[in-house]
Amino acid sequence: MTYFPKPKVAHPSLPPNGLGLTRRDYEGAMSTLCAGCGHDSITAAIVEACWSLSIEPQNLVKLSGIGCSSKTTAYFVSGSHGFNSVHGRMPSIAMGANAANRQLNYLGVSGDGDTLSIGLGQFCHAIRRNLNMLYIIENNGVYGLTKGQFSASADIGSKAKKGDANLQPPMDPVLLAMTLGASFVARSFSGDKEQLVPLIQAGFKHNGFALIDVLSPCVTFNDHEGSTKSYAYTREHYEPAVHADFVPFERDIKVSYGEGEALPVVLHDGSQIVLRKCQAGYDPTDRAAASAYIQQHMKQGEYLTGLLHVEPSQGEFHELNRTPDEPLNSVPYEKLSPGSKELEKILNRYR
Amino acid sequence: MSSSRSNDLAIKIATVNGTGSASANSLLMKSIFRSGIPVMGKNYFPSNIQGLPTWYEIRVSRHGYVARSGRVDIMIAMNAETYARDLKEVTPGGYLVYDSTWPRPELLKREDITVIGVPLARMCNESFNGVRTRILMKNICYAGVLAALLDLDVERIRELLAETYAKKPQLVESNMKAIQLGYDYAKQHFACPLPLHVQKMNATGGHIMIDGNTAAALGAVYAGATIGAWYPITPSTSVMDAFKSFCERTRVDAQTGRKNFAIIQAEDELAAIGMVIGAAWNGARAFTATSGPGISLMNEFIGLAYYAEVPTVVFDIQRVGPSTGMPTRTQQCDIMECAYASHGDTRHVCLYPANPEECFYMAAQAFDLAERLQTPVFMLSDLDIGMNDWMCRDLKWDESYRPDRGKVADRSQVEKLERFYRYFDKDGDGIAARSFPGVHPKAAYFTRGSGHSQYGTYTEDSVEYQIVLDRLLKKWETAKQLVPRAVIDATAGSDIGIVSLGSCEGAIREAMDVLKAAGVGVDYMRVRGFPFGEEVERFLAAHRLMFVVEQNRDAQFKSLLTLESAVEKSQLRSLLHYSGLPISSDFIVEGILAQVRPLRKAQGVALG
Repeated sequence: MTYFPKPKVAHPSLPPNGLGLTRRDYEGAMSTLCAGCGHDSITAAIVEACWSLSIEPQNLVKLSGIGCSSKTTAYFVSGSHGFNSVHGRMPSIAMGANAANRQLNYLGVSGDGDTLSIGLGQFCHAIRRNLNMLYIIENNGVYGLTKGQFSASADIGSKAKKGDANLQPPMDPVLLAMTLGASFVARSFSGDKEQLVPLIQAGFKHNGFALIDVLSPCVTFNDHEGSTKSYAYTREHYEPAVHADFVPFERDIKVSYGEGEALPVVLHDGSQIVLRKCQAGYDPTDRAAASAYIQQHMKQGEYLTGLLHVEPSQGEFHELNRTPDEPLNSVPYEKLSPGSKELEKILNRYR
Repeated sequence: MSSSRSNDLAIKIATVNGTGSASANSLLMKSIFRSGIPVMGKNYFPSNIQGLPTWYEIRVSRHGYVARSGRVDIMIAMNAETYARDLKEVTPGGYLVYDSTWPRPELLKREDITVIGVPLARMCNESFNGVRTRILMKNICYAGVLAALLDLDVERIRELLAETYAKKPQLVESNMKAIQLGYDYAKQHFACPLPLHVQKMNATGGHIMIDGNTAAALGAVYAGATIGAWYPITPSTSVMDAFKSFCERTRVDAQTGRKNFAIIQAEDELAAIGMVIGAAWNGARAFTATSGPGISLMNEFIGLAYYAEVPTVVFDIQRVGPSTGMPTRTQQCDIMECAYASHGDTRHVCLYPANPEECFYMAAQAFDLAERLQTPVFMLSDLDIGMNDWMCRDLKWDESYRPDRGKVADRSQVEKLERFYRYFDKDGDGIAARSFPGVHPKAAYFTRGSGHSQYGTYTEDSVEYQIVLDRLLKKWETAKQLVPRAVIDATAGSDIGIVSLGSCEGAIREAMDVLKAAGVGVDYMRVRGFPFGEEVERFLAAHRLMFVVEQNRDAQFKSLLTLESAVEKSQLRSLLHYSGLPISSDFIVEGILAQVRPLRKAQGVALG
């Protein structure tokens, strides 16, 4: 049996959220990834974010493609429907699902192979449609399940476990998403939960396509000397550019951020992201300037992290389509059928 | 043509693409239809926007025959580039009308036909201004010529123009002027009407002229489909165009302006089918429309929908393959592709409509079947059905219809369960209940294309894997009871039969009448669904020799019959039409007679 149900043993002292649920209620099946995999830390951050946002488990939809990262949707929130689709095609499943019911929270988990190679087209078009979902890339620069081939995010010169150096330039999902007009673009590191959890919270609340590219080292195939996606290399080269704190609508938002250093961004439901610049001269609301700044640092071998670009969303799919607030999957048939009398009228055009 | 013949003729109009001939042709056809005479129009157009040759064929038939006859009684030759071949095609005794502004003495070389020259360009140049208008009016003008030659009611034409240009009355007048020019010229110069002509009938009441794509779109609207995802591809594009226009008309809330539908133009066919699967998985009725190349691209996802059991409706408007093939020509060449789409052991429910009327009903039925069986359902129309106007009985909608959503565990049902198992067959029909996201945490399950157990968990265990695969076979047996039954005509009581599907129907019906008159009575079975039901097996068992009529080179339907029924290969002979033009009745008559005559002769039976 290759399926490991995780026993639900809740310690009585675990704190409940607004729904009376503990973190345990947001866990899923036992992970079958390698011990120490960065992806498991992201799973833990997702659990934390869902719990703290008090998302009702059944109102979360988990979507993924194929690969190690895509397996992780089974490892959190077992009370949610999950769809592990085909390689690189998760965005289209998400689009259809979202079109059918706009009221649920859609979370896609993908990898660098699933997103930047086989799924590049669907990834770009999901951004273009401003599909209302949180899209997390668990980015390790390598194909794990097929044992160590470079992915499209591998840096020039980065060494594979077998010793070959990558010669082709990497594709950067963050810069790509910014070019395509995404209104919420973040990068983080699986080893930095402090930064990642508020990003996931804010990403859920963003009304439109939200991308978080998470550097997530592969302990088995890409954690060696010479790799630019190892734990050691990532810790050394990642630079928080801007810190985001998520402040739910319900909470009093007069928290103590001094004028000038804190920039609040109000989200669709009234909650806020409070941005604190870690680097002077970085403006995450200015797409072009932010892009240039990221590229500049990349040249120096630094990954800027944080909520790198955010602006109010310009109308997600349903707003543009003018669909009603009630989900299309529950509009009663009586409202959908034009009726037999109307059919007679329609047929008159064909006589 | 020696004797007078009314309401039984075939007209072929050769023009240049993009010159507005489509409106002249539909004007002609509709005016015949409104005179109560059964009529059929077929468009043979190029994959081009402007400049290439295009033909339109109008079949007037008091018997209501809707197929190509194989004859051309009157050729309207408006395209100098194709004069030579158009001239050749005219049936002896027939007529050729051409623009005599530029005389073509070589047209007179055929002495077995009558050539009628009308100076269309000259008359239109004298009467209209502007290059574009003159070209357009030249085409309207030949409609006037035909009206005189055939004795068409000009008032009907005026009435149609008035409806078409209700908002532009000046266009009614200019078009009528062109009609009159042609009409008067023909009246003055030729003995009108020709012995071949039309005569008012009363045979089109309760009928409409509609194309299959429009009818399929209407079916989707009435089935309650809310989501259409697609990528434009000829000849399926007009399905989604029509769905959009019907939805804009009937599904927009008058107060709020909100739309009870979503149409998503995908980035490619892979995404289109993914969106349909995502939407259907999440409880909406969703569909896509495509053609063979699109199905090729969708294969991977089709396998997922089959194995993960997601209701998926696909309208395949078949066109000529292989590869890009001839995008604007017709064939039935996706029969195998749809039946077994995707890798691994997969088989899919297919519906084979014969005409737009069946497109309407089967489109709606496709959604019920897909949800009942939780599997992909293909409706295989083709370019001939989808893009040509067919005379059909009025479409009716039963007000008592309610969608069959199949087995769906709702909130109250789930609450009563100790645990919900997505793929557990408790009823023994091979179908387990599904649940939708957002209903209840207990209803949650993980949908995957990787190995899964009947409890919905990931598995690589042989036994657990096989339990699910075997249940899918049981579901396939259930599907046999649910797909539409074959239409069987065994009135001839013959040991010889025709077996066919889809748009061959019209040509077969006509061919059977001709064969009967020649003393060859044949039985006929038109298969309408896959998997094949018991009635298909019975017909195949009851006939010694059967002609399988289909429109592809490789006898795909015959192969499917031999693979999926108990029929002996030796019982079946193929009649294959794959030119890209719709099959004609004479092709079937000749094909069958060529094989039956020697057979009957050997049996000592005389044939007429």
